[in-house]
Amino acid sequence: MKKDCEEKKEVPLGGVIHKAGNAHDYVTGGWRKLRPVLDKDKCTNCLICWVMCPDSAVIAEDGKMVGFDLEHCKGCGICAMECPDKVKAITMEEEEA
Amino acid sequence: MATLKELSAREELFSGGHRLCAGCGIPPIMRLLLRSAGAPVVATTATGCLEVGTTIYPYTSWRISWIHSAFENSAATISGIESAYRSLKKKGKIAADKDIKFLALGGDGGTYDIGFQALSGALERGHDFLYVCYDNGAYMNTGIQRSSATPLGSATTTSPAGSAHPGKGQWRKDLTRIVVAHNIPYAAQASPHNWRDLAKKAEKAFNTEGPTFLNVVSPCPLGWYSKPELSIETAKLAVDTCYWPLYEVEDGILKVNYKPREKKPIEEWLKLQGRFKHLFKEENRWLLEETQKRIDSEWERLLEMDGKRVF
Amino acid sequence: MATPLTDKKKQVVLTGNSAVAYAMKQIDPDVCAAYPITPSTAIMEEFSSYYADGKVSTELVTVESEHSAMSACVGAAAAGARVMTATSSQGLALMWEVLYIASGMRLPVVMAVVNRALSAPINIHCDHSDSMGARDSGWIQIYSETVQEAYDNLFQAVRIAEDHRVLTPAMVCLDGFITSHAIENLTLIEDGDVKDFVGEFEPKQSLLDTGHPITMGAMTLPEYYIDFKYEQSKAIRGAKEVVIEVGREFGERFGREYGLMECYRLDDADVAIVVLSSAAGTTKVAVDRLRDQGKKVGLLRPRLYRPFPHEEIASALMGVKAVCVLDRADSMSGFGGPLFTDVRSALYGRDSAPKVIGRIFGLGGRDYKVEDAEAVFDELYNVLETGEAGKLTGYITI
Repeated sequence: MKKDCEEKKEVPLGGVIHKAGNAHDYVTGGWRKLRPVLDKDKCTNCLICWVMCPDSAVIAEDGKMVGFDLEHCKGCGICAMECPDKVKAITMEEEEA
Repeated sequence: MATLKELSAREELFSGGHRLCAGCGIPPIMRLLLRSAGAPVVATTATGCLEVGTTIYPYTSWRISWIHSAFENSAATISGIESAYRSLKKKGKIAADKDIKFLALGGDGGTYDIGFQALSGALERGHDFLYVCYDNGAYMNTGIQRSSATPLGSATTTSPAGSAHPGKGQWRKDLTRIVVAHNIPYAAQASPHNWRDLAKKAEKAFNTEGPTFLNVVSPCPLGWYSKPELSIETAKLAVDTCYWPLYEVEDGILKVNYKPREKKPIEEWLKLQGRFKHLFKEENRWLLEETQKRIDSEWERLLEMDGKRVF
Repeated sequence: MATPLTDKKKQVVLTGNSAVAYAMKQIDPDVCAAYPITPSTAIMEEFSSYYADGKVSTELVTVESEHSAMSACVGAAAAGARVMTATSSQGLALMWEVLYIASGMRLPVVMAVVNRALSAPINIHCDHSDSMGARDSGWIQIYSETVQEAYDNLFQAVRIAEDHRVLTPAMVCLDGFITSHAIENLTLIEDGDVKDFVGEFEPKQSLLDTGHPITMGAMTLPEYYIDFKYEQSKAIRGAKEVVIEVGREFGERFGREYGLMECYRLDDADVAIVVLSSAAGTTKVAVDRLRDQGKKVGLLRPRLYRPFPHEEIASALMGVKAVCVLDRADSMSGFGGPLFTDVRSALYGRDSAPKVIGRIFGLGGRDYKVEDAEAVFDELYNVLETGEAGKLTGYITI
């Protein structure tokens, strides 16, 4: 059947995206081969992992590190690497297939 | 200066879900920058990794007003936006008490090379904006081609390490110095590993009237052939070897912000990156020596200027 | 700077560039970013004088290249400002990349283009190679025959471009030196009437509305790109009706109505020339001379070239038996000049359409004289007599 071009879907003027920060709805967790695992007992809440995370995937609440946003974490391992030597509260573990 | 606890309480203006590589050095820089503005930010970004990776329609990572126009015109675009702001404010179409910070972003390709003229023009005209270059040392978005920011000897796809030509044959352009020569009120080099220094510089730059500039080293696991988890460490080594000195020029006075207690040999930085692998072959060792000599001499020069008026 | 010598009828004597600069002063845009280039330089020089004397409230951005000029225009328009600029030739060529960005983002920038040849060899005189190179850039293009028209077109371009049904940038073209540096009589409009006519720009979205942050210029993949282009194409095609509306309103207010084209003694013409801009003036003299000799000759001068009003132009030419389209630009190695291919394809497929030939003329400021127009009409009569179009395309004035 011939498609009627005049009935084409509406797209926003000039290609503008109006939902600021909606990349949050896009899941990049599937990129991950290694998963960060936090040992709460060791964590000192220094938030170095939070500030260094490229994927805004370390969750800080009230100044405390509360875990990972695994929807967006790509498993780069920066958090585990940057966790201070004396603390080492984060380990990277194989994702299950 | 805000603590990490305080910074973490501020809104995250750069959302996850972008398509930048795992371990990319750019996002930590952006997250800190946007937290340091102290007012709403309107930003423009030159074509490149940051632009493509954060705004694949219909998604955007930006929770601020943001525009991408082209590769070479980030500084010209922000000139127009900032001029519109001044004009509309003057005409009462924007509230007199409304403060907006203007931010132009570009990689080294969009800043050192193709966007160089537009940057120079905007600095000379004195627009009130901050330009931040994330310098990963090559055209990473198009597949790792050499730029004028690429280090000597680095293997890229347009300066491959061959038997006749062992990687890039030229020293990198010292863009920060060139920018300083525009006599702008504030210019600095920073690194994401030193978040405190970076946040402080961003805050200072945003709060300085007139054009300001930050050149931030940005590790790239893809183009540096380095491990993603080592990105921040690699940035730190770039600073500890004095390849990427942390310094600022404020109202003409140069200040070295960090002097490593023990300056590490450049080999320590180079060996973490596959792009320099060939330099460790016997026949290319002269390039390592050349690199070390040049870094030493530039670091010496910088130390001599520390605390002095440079314009 | 030419000073308007006002008399009771507001008749003044100005060059094309001065008239354009004066129109810009009256419009008083929010931002003007520009870079000097011959022959449009005087527009920006005079506008800069208005700025220096505080006669405009515009933010003047004297950029370091035309590429940056258009880039700053894009930034300013995206920030919700009314934006104007001017350029010519190489300057327009340097803007080329950003022209598409302005139109794709649907930013109603208005630009005066003082037409000049493109290098090489370098030449500062008139032809249409510059703006013809931008004919597919998604900008509205209006071509002006006279100083008066260039002046009038600028106000209309602002209204057309900013109309919410259109939101597309517009170029007002005038011929380099021939019009830009020619001193002509014209009637000025009062400042207050200009303000009333152009109104205030009401952007649909703005980067400065930081309470509603938007992302502009995102990367669109095959899943979306063509849909945006389709919408853009629809909008610029729709601009035609707005051009007619605005032209009519302008006529009602100021007594000079403009349509999509000018038809000069075309109604009963057997043969006709189609030509843009100032060459139409020369052609009219030839038409009058030949009409005096009893020859049924006429002229069609498109005013709106983009969007191309193909139906109206074809209809207007349907009674004519042979047409020559004169192009002041070559579409190198194409089938004739750009206007020729547009007009010819507009007529294609219509029963008893006229025979259409095309000639390139006047490149780099080569004179186009009344005799040249007469020679074209002679050739058209030859087509009529022989019934053969003969040489379809070629050069004249060489």
